[in-house]
Amino acid sequence: MCMRRVISAALLAAALNAGTALADSPRLGQPVTEADLAKWDLSIGPDGVGLPPGSGTAAQGAAVFAQKCEACHGREGSGGIAAKLYGGIGTLTDGPGVAVRTVGNYWPYATTVFDFIRRSMPWNQPKSLTADEIYATTAYILKLNGIIGDNDVMTADTVAKVKMPNRDGFISAYPAKH
Amino acid sequence: MTDIKRRRRSREPEIAAGNGLLDRRALLGRGIVFAGAVGTGASLTGAAAEPLAVDPWSLEPGIIIPAYGTPSRFEGKVVRTLTNPKGTPRTAQARTPHHLLDGTITPAGLHFVVSRSGIPDIDPAQHRLAIHGLVKQPMVFTLDALARYPKVSRICFVECGGNSAPLFSKDPAQADVQAIHGMLSCSEWTGVRLSTLLEETGIDPKAKWFLAEGADSATMNRSLPLAKALDDAMIALYQNGERIAPSQGYPMRLLAPGYEGNMNVKWLRRIKLIEAPVMAMNETREYTILRFDGKAWQFNLPMEVKSFITSPSPGLTLQGPGYYEISGLAYSGHGRISQVMVSADGGRSWAQAALQGPVLSKALTRFRMPWRWDGQPAVLQSRSWDEAGNVQPTRAELLAQRGEPRTSPSVEAFPMTHMNPVTSWAIDSKGEAKHVYA
Repeated sequence: MCMRRVISAALLAAALNAGTALADSPRLGQPVTEADLAKWDLSIGPDGVGLPPGSGTAAQGAAVFAQKCEACHGREGSGGIAAKLYGGIGTLTDGPGVAVRTVGNYWPYATTVFDFIRRSMPWNQPKSLTADEIYATTAYILKLNGIIGDNDVMTADTVAKVKMPNRDGFISAYPAKH
Repeated sequence: MTDIKRRRRSREPEIAAGNGLLDRRALLGRGIVFAGAVGTGASLTGAAAEPLAVDPWSLEPGIIIPAYGTPSRFEGKVVRTLTNPKGTPRTAQARTPHHLLDGTITPAGLHFVVSRSGIPDIDPAQHRLAIHGLVKQPMVFTLDALARYPKVSRICFVECGGNSAPLFSKDPAQADVQAIHGMLSCSEWTGVRLSTLLEETGIDPKAKWFLAEGADSATMNRSLPLAKALDDAMIALYQNGERIAPSQGYPMRLLAPGYEGNMNVKWLRRIKLIEAPVMAMNETREYTILRFDGKAWQFNLPMEVKSFITSPSPGLTLQGPGYYEISGLAYSGHGRISQVMVSADGGRSWAQAALQGPVLSKALTRFRMPWRWDGQPAVLQSRSWDEAGNVQPTRAELLAQRGEPRTSPSVEAFPMTHMNPVTSWAIDSKGEAKHVYA
């Protein structure tokens, strides 16, 4: 970690001190404000930063899911032309090709569920769901996995606080595999 | 007389390894003379040619030159294979037919594609690239503006993290080069260094990573280390001299040389400097390497050193014993290829292949090896080394690290990413090639 900081600091210094490139640049970027970029900035960190206002429960999400998601993900998320959204518990040690990786047994952060639904789903109408609908659908998928209850309310605060079962299942190979 | 004999003898290619591999120096323009008949009695020259007739295309003018050229109608089989030709709501892949190509540059129309939600129809006049987050001044760039920046060109491969996944199978997948290794392509990319644009926006010292996001309907996003932005990442605008193909990200993509394909975000619309990865779906659920202890490697950024033989290979049947050139591709996300060894006896003996120059960092390198096939069964393999000291693992070495596959999934499945073991093609006595484990 310390070494990584040293390396990126050195690269940063090298790039910023390059000088000549700066002089060669036409400097045609148009300044904008973060507010101007609000509709584009879909980024949500695992700490929940970037989650919009809104709320929803699994009970509410069941209706959204049936209408918008079930055609591909199957009844109650049981899978179809798109992935099954729960299960696979205990299969990760069966190894690649056998293990079933789902939101419940593999995804490390609930914020990723919200983020992925918001940016990419439903497949044929992405970005059509309201924030409340996304919170509700996120809650429904988490409930299908037994991670939260039917009436737990998902909000910007609570999504980031959900402890996913496989939260500690990943090892970073960057900057180097050990 | 003695001199001539001696010279002839000196032009006989030396055997470099078992089963007929010849010294690579035989390829260096000296021609090859087989002094003695090979064991099966193959002659040194082909059968006598028929007298030549004048062909019809020599007797009338050809067609009018088209404004944009396409390959000969006789090359209709040289196409990508499609996993989702009807546009079902799921990811679609198109694979490059390496067994039907030679050289190192992939034509844009044959470049492999992975798309989550089709190919967007982007109006370049409306498209914008935003750079924001932990910068001093967030900025938006038009395509016209980027065209005025200092540009660089580099030849660089792009490989899907899931390329060669069929090698993680209990039984050898009965598939060809295209199915196994076709999610790899190489182009000349031209564009603006990301570091040039970051000098303009300024960088907040807190920034350690950046997020790249596409304008496609899936709005695919990945986190990359900021060090890559300051090293060799590029906003690519041109591919092989023309504007980037729609399936490759028109009008612009991120090029992160050597990093897994998914990080080379297409249809790039936004870069945000951040402190830590956002843990996107494509860096948690996807592109992570599950281990048998249930843990998974994440942020497996560079593609490892790899090589495979494109000719002969499944579907390309040898036409009788005699001289052939074994040819293939080698590459590494860590730099230049330093050496490729080839075996014709399943790895018992090896000979060094000739590397076709220029050998470029993070680009495909073509290797060639002269071979005198005696008509008997043979097992062809290639193995590559890069300048950083990495060695392509044998299958046994790779599985010792990753674990033994317990199933034989569909050839279109992705049980494992970053698969770079030695690939083996068995040639039978009919000259047919087949994927085997050796």
